[in-house]
Amino acid sequence: MSFLEVLYFIVPSALLYATPLILTGIGALFSERAGVIGLGVEGLMIVGAFTGIYINLEYYDDFGRNVIWLALLASLLAGAIFSLIIAIAAVTFRADQTVTGVALNMLAAAITVFLVKLIYGKGQTDMVQAPLQRFEIPYLSDIPFLGPLLFHNVYSTTIIAFIVAIGAWFVLYKMPFGLRIRAVGEHPMAADTMGINVAKMRYIGVMISGALAGVGGASLAMTSSSDFSASTVAGQGFIAIAAMIFGKWHPIGTLGAALFFGLAQTLSIGGGNIPYIQQIPPVILQVLPYVLTILALAGFVGKAVAPKASGVPYIKGKR
Amino acid sequence: MSNRVVNLLVPLISVVLGLLVGGIVMVVSGYDAIDGYTALWNGIFGDSYSIGNTIRQITPYILAGLAVAFAFRTGLFNIGVEGQLLMGWLAAAYVGYAIEGLPRIIHLPLALLAAAAAGAFWAFIVGFLKARLQVHEVIASIMLNYTALYLTNAAIKSLSDGGFKTPTVLESATLRNQWLREITDNSSLHLGIIVALIMVVVMWFILEKTTRGYELKAVGFNKNAAEYAGMNVNRNIILAMTISGVFAGLGGAMEALGTYQNASIKAAASGIGFDGIAVALLGANNPIGVFFGASLFGSLKYGSLNMPNEAGIPEEIVSIIIAVIILFVASGYILRVGLQKFGKKKEGK
Repeated sequence: MSFLEVLYFIVPSALLYATPLILTGIGALFSERAGVIGLGVEGLMIVGAFTGIYINLEYYDDFGRNVIWLALLASLLAGAIFSLIIAIAAVTFRADQTVTGVALNMLAAAITVFLVKLIYGKGQTDMVQAPLQRFEIPYLSDIPFLGPLLFHNVYSTTIIAFIVAIGAWFVLYKMPFGLRIRAVGEHPMAADTMGINVAKMRYIGVMISGALAGVGGASLAMTSSSDFSASTVAGQGFIAIAAMIFGKWHPIGTLGAALFFGLAQTLSIGGGNIPYIQQIPPVILQVLPYVLTILALAGFVGKAVAPKASGVPYIKGKR
Repeated sequence: MSNRVVNLLVPLISVVLGLLVGGIVMVVSGYDAIDGYTALWNGIFGDSYSIGNTIRQITPYILAGLAVAFAFRTGLFNIGVEGQLLMGWLAAAYVGYAIEGLPRIIHLPLALLAAAAAGAFWAFIVGFLKARLQVHEVIASIMLNYTALYLTNAAIKSLSDGGFKTPTVLESATLRNQWLREITDNSSLHLGIIVALIMVVVMWFILEKTTRGYELKAVGFNKNAAEYAGMNVNRNIILAMTISGVFAGLGGAMEALGTYQNASIKAAASGIGFDGIAVALLGANNPIGVFFGASLFGSLKYGSLNMPNEAGIPEEIVSIIIAVIILFVASGYILRVGLQKFGKKKEGK
């Protein structure tokens, strides 16, 4: 393989793996910025993946190829609704947020497989007839070098993910709403004093994380496996959290880290065909995102600081 | 209502609510909840074979629960039991088959020790990162869980020359016991339950009877006060995490030397470590409580395998029930408020 061929293989593939990580990572970011730990995004991705595949299978006859849009929308809603469990437990019931996140992940995995068995009578669904498809962006794909690299084989969800990441930056840093979200995550008492409804903002933050993780899960399921089973979402939610931390709780940083982890995944899965990469044992590339996250947190890549109040229930009137 | 009663009532109510939610889910899904719970009951207690396997299932849960509970008592959340358990699993399996010619009295303890050391080392990393570099233990543990999963898979692949499981452990390192198997109709019950019970006592002893245990608890209770009293907080954090890892590593040894007799490549986490969180929460982080919590979750998990055959209900229903129980225990605040109000009303009368 020539160097250019390698690039044309790696880059679109890395973008594909990065897409669910970007969406889910930005979701976790909203939750943590509002002061609720985002550990439940793995479970929310599972719910989104299941919903996307279910809608795709059931409504393909009615909508044809357009069913993917309905599936993505449904996964968005399902993720947001399911995330209410976190919001109620963590915000209203003041439950330990880490435990809540872990419990939600277990619950999501169990409920979706239960439903698959209930509806289809077996452990995994059929393959969808309308998976997400790569397409070519007209004009842009004619650009030499960059065209074949970036615009020849794109998924619509990848474009959505980039828009979400940049939009998240705009919302969080340029709009009053974003300021409020960040305020309740950093210093809820000060925010409360200023008349911001802390509980409401935290509910919104968690539900945004649910919506984005739901779409992330659906985009993962409708591109990589095209069906749903217990192994469709296997740790991608946690890599997304890793991307968020590696990106220092900033949308553009999260985007960059997710792209990097997408590249690592491409190399660990498809590395056997690529010169030079072949020599690296795949296990090193597999553990790369996790080890890098630890190093990032340990301060070797510059100090990353979590939102101050993330994980702390806010109790009105308590100092 | 006294605090002690409330502390006991919260997990009990959570279990009842969890079973109730499970029943509702079954009915809504068009299944017969009575059939479901009967099948579950038979799966646990139906015959001596089931009882043997239920106890076998409880064994690693006790150790995983102890690991989480020990960390909780010292103010740490060890969500990395899963990874520590995998490291212990591999270490025990390796020592179990690779070292030949030792008598059982030396080989078996050696394999257990290797597992404990491997788990301890994996947890030590978390403790060290937390104490020296202020890395939050939850994130570090999760990342190390996945690192352990891929590392052990790669190690098993190379140890077995590209296969998917290590060779079987030698007779001299196995926890299997002929007598235990015979009285339980050839179930896979093994001696590990004794190891687990000993560790219950060990944890109780460390926390309640030693100065070090007192220090560890003090650090967990109030870091600053402990520091002011002259305790070395950082060293205690590392030590607490390492001890927690010993329990987790032994949990892996139960699977390696008892249940499976080898270590095999896994597509995903075993789940035992995560269920250990549930066990510890339900047991209020107390060794005896962990024993009861592990007994409940181990029974539910093993008994659920009987539900598809006998009642046609997917076994995932039990995972739903367990997750709901955790959510209720974690949301204990609201139950406490409810109980206190209820208690006051009664006193008022």
